[in-house]
Amino acid sequence: MTSIIGPASFKFFGIFPAAILSFILPIIGIGLFTYIMARRIAPLIRANPDNRFDQIGKRVKNLVVVWLGQIRQPRYMLAGVLHIFIFAGFLILSIRSTSLVIIGVSDGFVLPGFGGLLGAIYNFIKDYAATFVLIACIIAAVRRGIYKPKRYAVPEKYGKDHTGEAVFVLGIISTLMISESLFEASQIAFDLQHAGQEHFLAPLSLVWIFKGMLASAPQNILQGLHIFSYFVHDITFFFFLCFLPLGKHFHVITSVFNVFFMRVKKGNIKPVMHGITEDKLDDLESFGVKKLEDFTWKHMLDFYSCADCGRCSDQCPANAVGRPLSPRFITIKARDLMFKNYPLSGEIYKSKLLVEDIYTEDEIWSCTTCGACEEECPLGIEYIDKMVDLRRGMVDEGLVPQSLQKPLKALEKRGNPYGKMEKKRAEWATDKEFSALCQVKDLDGEKADTLYFVDSITSYDDNIQEIARRTSLILKKAGVDFGILGKLEKDSGNEVLRFGEEMLYQDLKAQNTEAILESGVKQIVTADPHAYNALKNDYNNLPPVKHISQVVAEKIATGELDLKPCQNPDKVYVYHDPCYLGRHNGIYEEPRKVLDAIDGLTRVELEKSRDRSFCCGGGGLMLFYEPEEETRMGVLRVNMAAEAGATVIVTACPFCLVNIQDAIKVAGKEGEMEALDFTELIEQHLA
Amino acid sequence: MTQIFAYIPFKDGAAEDVALEYPSAAKKIDASASLTAVVTGSGADLDKVANDMTAIYSQVIKIDNAELAYPNADVVRKALVNIIPSDAIFLVAHNTFGMDLAPGLSVKMESAYAADIVDFEGIDGTTLKAVRQELGGAVSTHVAIDISSGAVMTVRPGSFAPVEPGSASGSVIDKSGDAGDLSAKRKFLEIVEAEVGDVDITKSDVLVSIGRGIEEQENIEIAQELAEAMNAVVSCSRPIVDAKWLEKSRQVGTSGQTVKPKVYMAMGISGSFQHLGGVKGNPFIVAVNKNPKAPIFQVADVGIVQDILEFMPSLTEAINDL
Amino acid sequence: MEILVCVKRVPDTAENEFELNSAGNDLDRDDLVYSVNEWDNYAVEEAIQIVDKVGGNVTVITVGDDESEEVLRREMAMGANNGILLSDDAFEGSDGRGIAGILAAEVKKGSYDLILTGAQADEGAGQIGGMLAAMLEIPYASLVNKIQVGDGSIIVGREIEGGNQEMNEIGLPCVLSIQTGINEPRYVGIRGIRKVASVDIPVKAASDLGIDVNTVGEAGAKTKRVDYFVPDTGEGAEMLEGSTDEIIEKLIEKLKAKGGL
Repeated sequence: MTSIIGPASFKFFGIFPAAILSFILPIIGIGLFTYIMARRIAPLIRANPDNRFDQIGKRVKNLVVVWLGQIRQPRYMLAGVLHIFIFAGFLILSIRSTSLVIIGVSDGFVLPGFGGLLGAIYNFIKDYAATFVLIACIIAAVRRGIYKPKRYAVPEKYGKDHTGEAVFVLGIISTLMISESLFEASQIAFDLQHAGQEHFLAPLSLVWIFKGMLASAPQNILQGLHIFSYFVHDITFFFFLCFLPLGKHFHVITSVFNVFFMRVKKGNIKPVMHGITEDKLDDLESFGVKKLEDFTWKHMLDFYSCADCGRCSDQCPANAVGRPLSPRFITIKARDLMFKNYPLSGEIYKSKLLVEDIYTEDEIWSCTTCGACEEECPLGIEYIDKMVDLRRGMVDEGLVPQSLQKPLKALEKRGNPYGKMEKKRAEWATDKEFSALCQVKDLDGEKADTLYFVDSITSYDDNIQEIARRTSLILKKAGVDFGILGKLEKDSGNEVLRFGEEMLYQDLKAQNTEAILESGVKQIVTADPHAYNALKNDYNNLPPVKHISQVVAEKIATGELDLKPCQNPDKVYVYHDPCYLGRHNGIYEEPRKVLDAIDGLTRVELEKSRDRSFCCGGGGLMLFYEPEEETRMGVLRVNMAAEAGATVIVTACPFCLVNIQDAIKVAGKEGEMEALDFTELIEQHLA
Repeated sequence: MTQIFAYIPFKDGAAEDVALEYPSAAKKIDASASLTAVVTGSGADLDKVANDMTAIYSQVIKIDNAELAYPNADVVRKALVNIIPSDAIFLVAHNTFGMDLAPGLSVKMESAYAADIVDFEGIDGTTLKAVRQELGGAVSTHVAIDISSGAVMTVRPGSFAPVEPGSASGSVIDKSGDAGDLSAKRKFLEIVEAEVGDVDITKSDVLVSIGRGIEEQENIEIAQELAEAMNAVVSCSRPIVDAKWLEKSRQVGTSGQTVKPKVYMAMGISGSFQHLGGVKGNPFIVAVNKNPKAPIFQVADVGIVQDILEFMPSLTEAINDL
Repeated sequence: MEILVCVKRVPDTAENEFELNSAGNDLDRDDLVYSVNEWDNYAVEEAIQIVDKVGGNVTVITVGDDESEEVLRREMAMGANNGILLSDDAFEGSDGRGIAGILAAEVKKGSYDLILTGAQADEGAGQIGGMLAAMLEIPYASLVNKIQVGDGSIIVGREIEGGNQEMNEIGLPCVLSIQTGINEPRYVGIRGIRKVASVDIPVKAASDLGIDVNTVGEAGAKTKRVDYFVPDTGEGAEMLEGSTDEIIEKLIEKLKAKGGL
């Protein structure tokens, strides 16, 4: 015997050709896999339409950056690095795996182009890849099985722990790496012993180690090991292929698609039904998601693609305060329902109503739409649109909590959730002291080129009206010709839309749009990030919208606004990124630039800042909802600020201001911490 | 001569306070009218009340029947229709029984009807002028009632000055025989008592009472802290219980508990009649409310126009510093 | 079960500020918003829940004008099956008895097992239910906060003083006036209302109902509202002024004197 017998030529007990096995296994494996995939695709065919083929350029970029580049992974460093190694290893080893299958029926098969230098380089790389994958799997298994990081924990109400599944799969991957390396090492050791053939192996790689161990093993052992490890690999490989669609490792297959189809525009909410224009909404039988099949195919794909990593829930503020919402389980429960209702064999079950079948009403109302979950997910899974669709379904059925019915009714009748009269919307401008300094134009009659959109809380809440006055003074100082809509202004409807009351939102939008276009303004400024978001991302055909922080930053850069040195140099300021300014609209730097333009102002950063900012508790209708929670989001945020050594929390959103002010009281930190609105800080420092 | 009759509600052998108020109301209707008390019921309790009423009314009509042992409005109405002249003026307290009895009674007696009256301004010809409120007490109205064929009216307890017992010495007239057929398609079954909560607000000398001004359930903590500082107990008005933020046993009002504290802190309470109806005795009432026009400021001893969410913590701190 | 619910369109107490008009004899109605009387809404929800359990229909009815129709449609959007509008110039200015009489005329044309009203409305009288029952000669119970439907009769709980509940057995047909808090009314959004926008609501006038116009309207009213006014407030509380700290100091003094501390 001069060389080892490969699986293509081997005969079991001298009679039965192994090649038959190598031929049948792939056929069974691929056949079974195809069948499973067909069953898995079935619900997507019944799902609602989704528009995911636009902006191909951006989609390809996402694919390269998020999928291939794994850019979100290092946000959790250890797990992220481990995953990058395993992912990279999978990609690299995919070529080897393909060759291996064919080697089973054709000895010494090499993929076209992989003979010669390319093949040698590839082998070198793939040997290290397999090694790193194995090391990563071992570390990961120890981490999952022994250290059990908190974010993987499964609360009792959601069922059994998932650690078993995770460690099992790590075991499978390890098996693949080991068997592949043994297959190669046994051949190399054999060649070395019996033909004196030296192969250059990547030093310290797995195959190198195995070869070292097997260097003086008897021939027949090596031969046996060679065939054994081949079929262990082959069976494991096809087993794994068919196992993938059965659990959280489905993401191995679906991730490339899920990332390609992930959302490319931020801040906006999907239409009630893709393909149905607003004027046709009245014809729809049913609004929103009530049953599983009401989701779009992309949302269903999301459910399949979840890797159960728990990063979304770890970042979710609602989860952190003990509300009954965990984004991870929104997805896992829906995925499990899909598996149950569309089983691999047997009849398809009729879907029941999701709310009260797998979801509770409070679970769905608890979401503040802050977007931390979507920002974190390495697979591009979306949540906000799903929550909104589920809420649309509940609203359609009349299942609205009593605490929200009053403000919704007030919005319908009076255009603001407080139920206050329209004619009082601009009363804030009549304050004696203020009106002596600044006369605010009413665009119902006067003309200006900028609209200051005040929105409801700033117009009506006694404590927040100061924001409106200060914003006006800042705009005046900056030389901006502005006016307000006064009693023609209605609530922007940002939360009305996000709480599922679609037609009320359409109503508010129509009224506001008409008033804005009538006024002839060329641009819109607002101090309310929720209004900013709605006007910019959800409304159409409006003039460009800016937030006051952007205007101030611009004016400082051009010199039209000047800021005095810090009036309170001994205070430590920290800027809290509001969700609707930061995460949803990418405005992180302008407010910071403005704060830094104040000489002598001491500014620190929160650990959770920018796109990792922690929601203050929510705005709009969320202020009226009565959640079940263990503590308040605002309290957690205040504690974070205290830990960062701050004494003043600066925020650029009226809702953040309200929530944080309240939280300071509840946390008992009055005197140690204060909440300051951006406009107040700037107005104090106007030179 | 105008005849006025007044229905005397009683419990456990004691007439309710409104029995002392009817005479003043009747005087304001027509000082020269005759005023007769009407008591219905059965047995010893009825007898005692009827007798007690002779110290206030010159005439007391007693209607004794087993069917009337519990004041079932449908049954009482039948008895009254048979006994009271249909062109008389009939007064009932505007309470849960009055609301049950009076409207139907006015139809059966073919009389005019007016409810929840807080003042009378005398008769002009056949028109009686009265004052009542609408829109939850936001506005008052004058009403003109045509009493030519009688009137059934409910009066708001506490609106008319009580007289002293002993101001009359009347006699009891037993009209039980005239009651007639008292069978009815409504049958009293039982009273289900309100659940006793963890705290008995009726036993506390000082109450920190919250209303809509508390805005959110989480803010109730702030009131709790003030209550602790004052060695008091937290109570509330109806909207707080309707929203399920506190248990029913904490509610002060006509449909809640009646309290007689020494000090009543009305925090963010507007001062509706139904709420104040549960505050008896003559407590020192401190009212704090953002709205300077809140009706509570009319009945409070001390008024402060502030946001309770800011005022309460400051007050708590100051008290703790003492 | 055939259930009739009497509803009324009233100015919204939550979303309005009430002021007298310049003449001083009526409310300034220019900026008022109206909606269905809150108690009536609880009654409709209760009716819908009963019919969901035992089958039947819910009809909502109101005495009013064209504008009152919006209230009927809203309750139908909530789930009521039918709506009836009783409207006639002759009905204007009716007192409680007049309104009850108009309703009774329509009730006699149908055959309803249960008639519900709200415990009270904007005038705070709480009179329609009791009057209607007396006119129809059927039993009545007010301030109902619990209904248990049986066979031919029902058990109701009434809210009485002290937060207690008076349980009664009452034969059908009967009239009940419903207290707030009996249930949690479902939400009705704009979409729901648009869905019923074109459903037919029959309008009936005095002649359709066979009503003698002299018994209703201003002509037939024995109780009439003469005007609205805002009463003299009288002495009231001693208002404490000054800074918060000063106020608190004064308050603590007084509380100590009165035994509050």
